[in-house]
Amino acid sequence: MGGWAIAVHGGAGVDPKLPEERQEEARRVLRRCLGVGAAGLRAGLSAVDVVEMVVRELETDPVFNSGRGSVLTQEGTVEMEASIMDGRGRRCGAVSGLTTVKNPVSLARLVMDRSPHSYLAFHGAEDFAREQRVEVVDNSYFITDENVRMLKLAKEANSIVVCEVDAIRLQSPADTCSASSTITDGGLHMNGLPISIYAPETVGCVAVDNGGWCAAATSTGGLMNKMSGRIGDSPLIGSGTYACGACAVSCTGEGEAIIRSTLARDVAALMEYKGLGLQEAVDYALKERLDEGKAGLIAVSRNGEVAYGFNTVGMFRGCATEDGFMDVAIW
Amino acid sequence: MGGWAIAVHGGAGVDPKLPEERQEEARRVLRRCLGVGAAGLRAGLSAVDVVEMVVRELETDPVFNSGRGSALTQEGTVEMEASIMDGRGRRCGAVSGLTTVKNPVSLARLVMDRSPHSYLAFHGAEDFARAQGVEVVDNSYFITDENVRMLKLAKEANSIMYDYRVPIPSADTCSASSTITDGGLHMNGLPISIYAPETVGCVAVDNGGWCAAATSTGGLMNKMSGRIGDSPLIGSGTYACGACAVSCTGEGEAIIRSTLARDVAALMEYKGLGLQEAVDYALKERLDEGKAGLIAVSRNGEVAYGFNTVGMFRGCATEDGFMDVAIW
Repeated sequence: MGGWAIAVHGGAGVDPKLPEERQEEARRVLRRCLGVGAAGLRAGLSAVDVVEMVVRELETDPVFNSGRGSVLTQEGTVEMEASIMDGRGRRCGAVSGLTTVKNPVSLARLVMDRSPHSYLAFHGAEDFAREQRVEVVDNSYFITDENVRMLKLAKEANSIVVCEVDAIRLQSPADTCSASSTITDGGLHMNGLPISIYAPETVGCVAVDNGGWCAAATSTGGLMNKMSGRIGDSPLIGSGTYACGACAVSCTGEGEAIIRSTLARDVAALMEYKGLGLQEAVDYALKERLDEGKAGLIAVSRNGEVAYGFNTVGMFRGCATEDGFMDVAIW
Repeated sequence: MGGWAIAVHGGAGVDPKLPEERQEEARRVLRRCLGVGAAGLRAGLSAVDVVEMVVRELETDPVFNSGRGSALTQEGTVEMEASIMDGRGRRCGAVSGLTTVKNPVSLARLVMDRSPHSYLAFHGAEDFARAQGVEVVDNSYFITDENVRMLKLAKEANSIMYDYRVPIPSADTCSASSTITDGGLHMNGLPISIYAPETVGCVAVDNGGWCAAATSTGGLMNKMSGRIGDSPLIGSGTYACGACAVSCTGEGEAIIRSTLARDVAALMEYKGLGLQEAVDYALKERLDEGKAGLIAVSRNGEVAYGFNTVGMFRGCATEDGFMDVAIW
C-alpha cells in the first residue's frame, strides 16, 4: 500500500435511537474535519500537524464532547484533557484539568514541544498556557445548554451520564428508570460500579503522512457529572493515545477499561511483538484485553492502512486514504 | 519455581560518589521495608496489600523521594503522586498533585477500591482524601531541610535536579555537575545538569501467584507545579497483570514514551520472553537515549532488575530464603 491515510472518531457507544438529524449533524462534522485533515496530508503536512489541526476542529465544534461542548463536572464546570503523540521519535505531550484553554490539544502539543515535561495538569497547565500565550476564554465558553440539561438529569438519576445525546431520551418521561431502558447496549460498569447510561464522545484523530510517519491525538471533557480532578484515558499515553514507527491509535470508551488494558499501546505491541497486521491487532486488542469493558478505537499504520474497531453499539468515525477512499459512519 | 517473591526500589541513577554513610542508610531502609513485605507474604497477605504496605513504609521514611522527603517544586512545596495495580483483575488506581495526604499510595488504593474512577488529581484528589477520612497533614510535614537546600542549589544552577543526595558542594555550583559521571542526560531535549531521581516502588507475587505493583514519588526537584511524571501512569511507571508486575524509575519522559512497565509484560505475553529477558529487552530497545531502571516479579516467583543508569537502590527477597539489597 503506502501513501497517506487518516481516521477520526467522535466517541464509541451511541444511543441506538439517536434521532436522524443528530446522526446527520455528527456525520457532517466528521466529514468536514476529515476533509480538513485529508487536505493537509495531500499538501504534505506532517502527521503530527494534521492530527493537531483536526482535533482542534473537533474541539471547536460543539457537537462532540471535547473543548466547547464538553460534558460537565459535578460542579457544572468543564475540565478538559488531551494528549498527542508523534510516532516520529515517539514524542508526546498531555494536559489535564484545563478550564480556560480554548484548544486543549494545542496545549498538549506545546507541552511536547516547549516544556521539559510530558504531562501538565490543573493550575500548572493553566499557568503554562498563559506563559505560552495560547488562547484562553472563560469556562462558560465551553458550556452548552444541552450539557447543562444533561447534568441536571444525571444528578436526578444519580448516575454518571456519558452520552449527551441521551438528553432526548431522558427528557420525555419524568421516569428516570426509562433512561436505562432505552439503552440496549447491556448495562455497563466502570471500576465495578454500575453506570445507568453509557456513550462518551471523546474525539480523536490518527494519521500517517507521505513520509510514512504516524501520529495520534485525543481530546475530551471526560465523564458527565464526574468528580472534579478525575482523569480518564484520553490524556494517558499508552491508554487513550499512542503512536510509534509502526502505527498510531486513538481510543474512546470506558476510561477505566482502556487504562487497565493500555489499549492504544497494546495495538502497537501486538504488531511489534506478535507480528500481527493492523486490523488483526485492533481486533485482538478489543477482544482479548478489555474483559467486560466497552471501547472503540481508530488506527493507521505506516503503510497507509486504516482500521477501526469497537465493541460498543456504534462509534462516530470516518477515514480517508490517498487512493481517494472516504467513509463516515456511526454503526 | 513458584512461591512468593518481592522487590523494592528507591530510584535509579545514583551519584557514584555518594558517601558511604548515605549508602548504608539507604540499604538499611531498603532492608527494613523488604523485611516488612517478606513477613507479610510469608503470612499469606495478598500481593496488592503487601505492595501498598511496603510503599507506605518507604513514603513515611524521609530517606527516599516520596511522601516525607519528596523533592520540592519550583515553589518550594511538595506535590506527590502514586499508582498501584493489582494483577488480579488488572485493577488500578492513581493519584497526582497531593499536598497533604500522608501516604499517597494508600489514596491510590482507595481510588482503585472505592471510587468509580482510576485516577484522581489535585484538588479533586485532596477532596476525595477528606471524604475517605485518610490521614492528612500540613504540606510542611513532607519538606526536609536537605531538600530545601537542594532546591536552592537547583535554582542557582538553573537546572532540574534529581538527586537530593548529591554531596553538597561548596558555593561553586559547577562542582555539582562534575561529581556526576553518568554522562550528561536530557529530558525532552533540554539538558539537565544532574540526574538521580529516587522514586520508590514495590512489586510482589503472593502465595496464590498473583502479582501487584506500586510506585510513589515527589517527582522532580524544582519541577513546574502541575507536572505529572511516569509514577502515577499505568503502563508507564507501574503495571501488573497475570504474568508479572513492574515498577519503574528514572527519566519520566523516557518511561512514558516507552510505556516501560507495560512493555515488559507485553514482551512476555506477546513475544514469549521470560521475565529477565523481557526486562533486558525493554531497557535496551525501548528507551533510546533515556535513562531508567525497573524491578519486576513474575507469577512463577521470579524476580528481575534492570537499569541503564549508574546504580539503582534496590532489594529483593524470595520464598526460598534468598535476600539481596544493592545499589550498584
